[in-house]
Parts: sequence; structure tokens; C-alpha cells
Amino acid sequence: MLRTLYKIARTGVVSEPAAKDAAPALEVVGERLRAALVRRLSRSLAIRQVDAGSCNGCELEIHALDNPYYAIERYGVRFVASPRHADLLLVTGPVSRHMEAALRAVYEAMPEPRLVIAVGDCGADGGEFGVSYASCGGVASVIPVDGVVRGCPPTPAELMRGILEVLEIAAGQPK
Amino acid sequence: MSTGGAFAWFEAFLADCRGENLLVEEVAGPAGPARCLRLDPEDWGAFARLAARTGLRWCAVWGEHRPPRIVVSACLERAGGYLLARTAVEEATPVLPSHTPHYPAADRPERHLQDLLGVVFTDHPDARRWVRHRAWGESEFPLRRDFPLRREAPGPTPPDADYPFLRTEGAGVYEIPVGPVHAGIIEPGHFRFQAIGEAVLNLEERLGYTHKGIEKLAEGRDAEGLARLAGRVSGDSTVGHTWAACQAMERAAQLEPPPRALALRGLLAKRERIANHLGDVGAICNDVGFAFAWFQFSRLRERWQRDNARVFGHRLLRGAVVPGGTAVDVSPQEHRELAGAAAALAHELDELVPILEENASLQDRLVGTGVLPRETAERLGTLGYVARASGIDRDVRRDAPYFPYDRLEVRVPVRAAGDVAARLAVRIEELRIGLELHARLLDMLPGGAVRVPWRGAAPGAEGLGIVEGWRGEILAFVRFGPRGEVARYYPRDPSWLNWPALEVLIDGNIVPDFPVCNKSVNASYSGHDL
Ligand code: SF4
Repeated sequence: MLRTLYKIARTGVVSEPAAKDAAPALEVVGERLRAALVRRLSRSLAIRQVDAGSCNGCELEIHALDNPYYAIERYGVRFVASPRHADLLLVTGPVSRHMEAALRAVYEAMPEPRLVIAVGDCGADGGEFGVSYASCGGVASVIPVDGVVRGCPPTPAELMRGILEVLEIAAGQPK
Repeated sequence: MSTGGAFAWFEAFLADCRGENLLVEEVAGPAGPARCLRLDPEDWGAFARLAARTGLRWCAVWGEHRPPRIVVSACLERAGGYLLARTAVEEATPVLPSHTPHYPAADRPERHLQDLLGVVFTDHPDARRWVRHRAWGESEFPLRRDFPLRREAPGPTPPDADYPFLRTEGAGVYEIPVGPVHAGIIEPGHFRFQAIGEAVLNLEERLGYTHKGIEKLAEGRDAEGLARLAGRVSGDSTVGHTWAACQAMERAAQLEPPPRALALRGLLAKRERIANHLGDVGAICNDVGFAFAWFQFSRLRERWQRDNARVFGHRLLRGAVVPGGTAVDVSPQEHRELAGAAAALAHELDELVPILEENASLQDRLVGTGVLPRETAERLGTLGYVARASGIDRDVRRDAPYFPYDRLEVRVPVRAAGDVAARLAVRIEELRIGLELHARLLDMLPGGAVRVPWRGAAPGAEGLGIVEGWRGEILAFVRFGPRGEVARYYPRDPSWLNWPALEVLIDGNIVPDFPVCNKSVNASYSGHDL
């Protein structure tokens, strides 16, 4: 236990005050994210992530949002297990035909306003996998999409900015 | 073609085949480490029976439509020597005896072949569809040449509602269906538990949700295009799959990448393994409530990925391995930085690992959980750290080494217990060994170029690539067509052989322990579903 405490103390705070790879700086994005949330939703954002056929690369970077460098929770963003509690759907992958029905079902189970972000080049337009007998292509070919975060995969900083953008746009609209 | 120690068993095995009146003939096969035997289709099953008796390990099966026939290839291995068995069936009557009665590992791969090419395995014990859900019909086969890649869907694809799951009947037995969409941020798949109280009686996996036509998409690509696709077979195994695919293409084209490029590929593979183990060690601990480990290990992983981005241009190392070598290099300055960061990571592990080992409640949850006995692992052909945690001492880098591993001593950690604790211990030790190899590869990095230009491959040229990815043995087969384009690509991710192990090791455990058991195996959905 002592060893654990010692390690915690030594590690200190690594959460980014300013990520070098982020422009605007992560902290700024985070604060704007928080502000958008205050305006738009009840101060927190519940995200449901759905992998609709990705290679899993995008998931690895979405996972990273939880690591202590990004610690997206500190801005009021949480990943939730059920679409029924979700404000926003983060969808990765080209939508495989085998996931088409499941993705629709998740979308329909969400309460309004049903924000959707298509993640990655695959989510944008099918990416490397395109449209085929097995792939519907981008997320927008199956459900309405409010924003797109490109990249293969997008970095965690890009994901944060993408989420912010969609929220700021949504916050600008009447509820 | 190697004929040395790895093939000491080969001549006797060939004699045995002939003793059993099998029509076998050694022929020239794909360029690579495997010796190739041509078989009569009728002998396909008898051959597998003999191979199983001789102790060959079953690795893979794939087919290719070459009208009017379908050529089927199976890969097996013993003592580091690979054997490719080949036969051909008529497209009109594509019937073949199954390997599955002799090799349970062949079960799903054969059903994949059935779904995509229409090969019927006569005595397969379970002829249900596997990768096929509802995107194409029972009598349609996407990998046949006349099936168009971009075939239009008549409408939305219905859910796979009528898959005939197995059932356990009995008093008090209830069923828990989970997925394809899961609670956490993970890939889609369906798990059907039969349980009594909290105890799992049976788990049945249903995969294929992320099938995106990778094999069909490969057809007609050029070498670079195939490398790009290979890098997206499984997101966490970009280096592994791209290396295997490039190795196959380079062998087919008789193109030798420069030594510096191969050593860099080794370095990149180490970096991929280390990143994945860092993520998983934290996640395994987190699944049983030890958030401290998640915090620490995800922090280390993030730092490691940032170094990847800075030095190699991508956090997951996409695009670094290319046909003919690598698209990346390290400057003397970066060389020092990488060495320094790796040494710092080793130091952090020295601090962190004892904390995990001394944490009684953590060990309590992991010891004895999700046990995969060695015999079962052998029977299923289990690979990588899952196999090594069940006492199987196997690693391509040591057993069938390729440059740079033929110049290095590769230590292979093995544990006997086969439980989650053993898989965690093996992964932690692989982190340490990975860091040692990382250091040695940096030390030995040869000078010179990192890439030779791709000059194309002869029409019909074939190559077989076999590397040890972070999850275990990765195999890639490539055949080039008449214009030097890719005619066939088959990547065999280790997950094909590790998914069945999860079904077995969960038996008798409690349902709430499924996430940690699943994480300790961490098979890839995408790499499997293709
Ligand atoms: S965008 Fe790239 S990382 Fe994301 S799922 Fe597609 S191929 Fe994978």
C-alpha cells in the first residue's frame, strides 16, 4: 500500500494543461467543452460509443480519452453503457452490413436530441473499406450524422475537438 | 526452402503418407519457409488424421477461386518447419473432407471458407454458417470471381436473428445473450451464456459482425494498396499484419528489403507489443477494481504512443512498414530519445510491477480465474501469450526465426497455470523482454537505406509470410495475378485460434468474471471477421 501511495505521489498530475499536439490547446478545448455543456445539457455529456465495423484502431484512441493525459471526465463527459442514457453517439467504422441493423436499433433507442458523430475516415465515408457487399460505407449512409472527425484513427485531441464542435453547434440551436 | 533441423520430421512423414496410400507429391509452393505437398482431394481428411497423429500443429486454411477450380491450401507446422498442403476441387462440385474431426482448430476457418467460397466440408461436425450473417445468401459466395465487390444491397440488411444457437436444457439453466453492441468501448460480437446461478455452464460465441470484405477488397490492389489494407486488418496489430503481408509479397517478388529496414520492423513490432501490453495490463487490473493500475499503465501507454507519433509519424505506427522496407527511419537524435524513453519505462515497470504482485486482493481475483488447461490449448491450436500462459513454449521469432530475430536471443516466457494471473504475468514479462529487445535492436541497427523500390512480382508469383505479432503467429498468403496485381490475400490473425479458447476457459467461472477473462485473452474481432 505504501508503495502504491508513493507511486501516486511521485506520478503527480499528468493531465494536460496544454497538449503540444493540440491546437487550440487541450485545456482550452476542455473548458469550452464544459461551457458548451452548461449551456446545452445538464452540465454533463453522456456518450454511447458504437463500433459499427471498425478495425479497432479508432476504439484505441477513444479509450485514450479516459487516460490521465486527457481525462475527459473532468470536463463532464462520461461514457455510458446504454443508448437510453446517451446524449451523443460516437460511431466508428465503416458500417458493416452485419452491424447495420444493430446501429439503427441503438440510434432509435436514444432519447432526443440524438447527436451523432461519425469517427474516423471509415466513419466519414467507409475509408479504406469503402462501400461493398459487406460494407455500407460511412455512418451517414445508415443514420443521420451531426459531425465527422476524420483521421485513421483521429488522435484523442482531434476527438475532443470534434465533440466540442458538435456541441457548440448544437448549443447554438434552440433546444 | 529450408531443409535443416526444422524439417527433420518431414521425410518420415512423407513416407508415412505413402504408407497409407495417400497420393502426395512435393511441389514448389509459395515462396517462403513452408514446404509444399500436393494432395488428392479425397485424401484431404486422411492427410489431416496422419498429420495430427504425427504431432503437426494446424495453423490455417484458405481457398482461392481459379475457375473452373477452387484451390485449397492448409498450413501446418512442427518444430518450426511449416508445411503447406494443397488440393483443388471443381467449382461445380466443391466437396472436400474436413480437417475438423482431427483438428478442432479447423472448425471456424473451414466454415469461413464454406461461407465465402462455397466449399462443402463433408464430414464437418458443425456445418452452420459462421462469418455469413444476412448480407449475402446461402448460395452466394463473395470470394468467387463472378461475385462483384460492390454488389448493391437490395435494402437494409436484416439482423442475424435466426442463427441456430446451441441450447443446454435443464432445471435452473437460464440464458444470457450479450451483444453485438456491448456496454464498454469494445468491438461488436455476440456472446450467449448458459448459466446456473452465477456459474457459466456454457458460452457460445457468435462473430462476423465486423466482416468488411477484406479478402475481396484485396483483389486487384497493388503492393502499396495491399500494405495499407493489411495495416487495417486489426487496429492494434498494424505492424504485425503489414509485416506479414509485405514479407509474403517480397518473397513472391524475390525482393530483399535492406537490413536496416528489417531491424526497424523488429523495433516497430516491439513498440506495438509494448503499447498493447501496457494498455491491457491496466485494463485487466481495472476490470477487477484496481483503478490505480489503469491510471498508471494508461499513462505509460500514452507516453509511448506520443513517442511513436513524434518519431514514426503515427501513434499506432500506421504506414511505417511498406513493401520493400519501411517508410520511417530514426535519426541519431531520435535513436537516443527512444533509448532513453524505453529505459525510463523499464524503470517505471520496476516500481509498478511489485505493486501488482503484492496486491493480495488483485491476485485473489486473478489466480484460478479463467483456467485454460494445457491439453485444451494444444488441442485448439492456441497461440501467443494465451498459449504461453498455459505452458506452451511457442514463438515464431525463436522457432522459425526471420531477420532480425535470427541474430537475437528471444526469451519466451511460459507459465503453467493457464489462469488470468498467468496471462497477466506472461504479458508483464513480455513487456520486460520487449524492452530488452527494443534496446538490442537499437544497438544493432545496421546502417544504410531503409527501402528498396518495389519492382513488381511475376504473374502468378506466390508468397507466404509468417511473423510473430504481439498476439501470436500471424500468417499472410499473397498470390499475384497476370498484371502483377494482387489476386489473393489471406491474413490469418491469431485470434482465429484464440477465440475458441475463451469459450472453454470461461466454463465454471462466474458471469461477472467474463470481462476480465475476455480482456486477458483479448482476441481481435476485426482480425477474425475480416
Ligand atoms: S478510420 Fe482507420 S483506425 Fe478507424 S476504423 Fe477505419 S481503418 Fe480503423
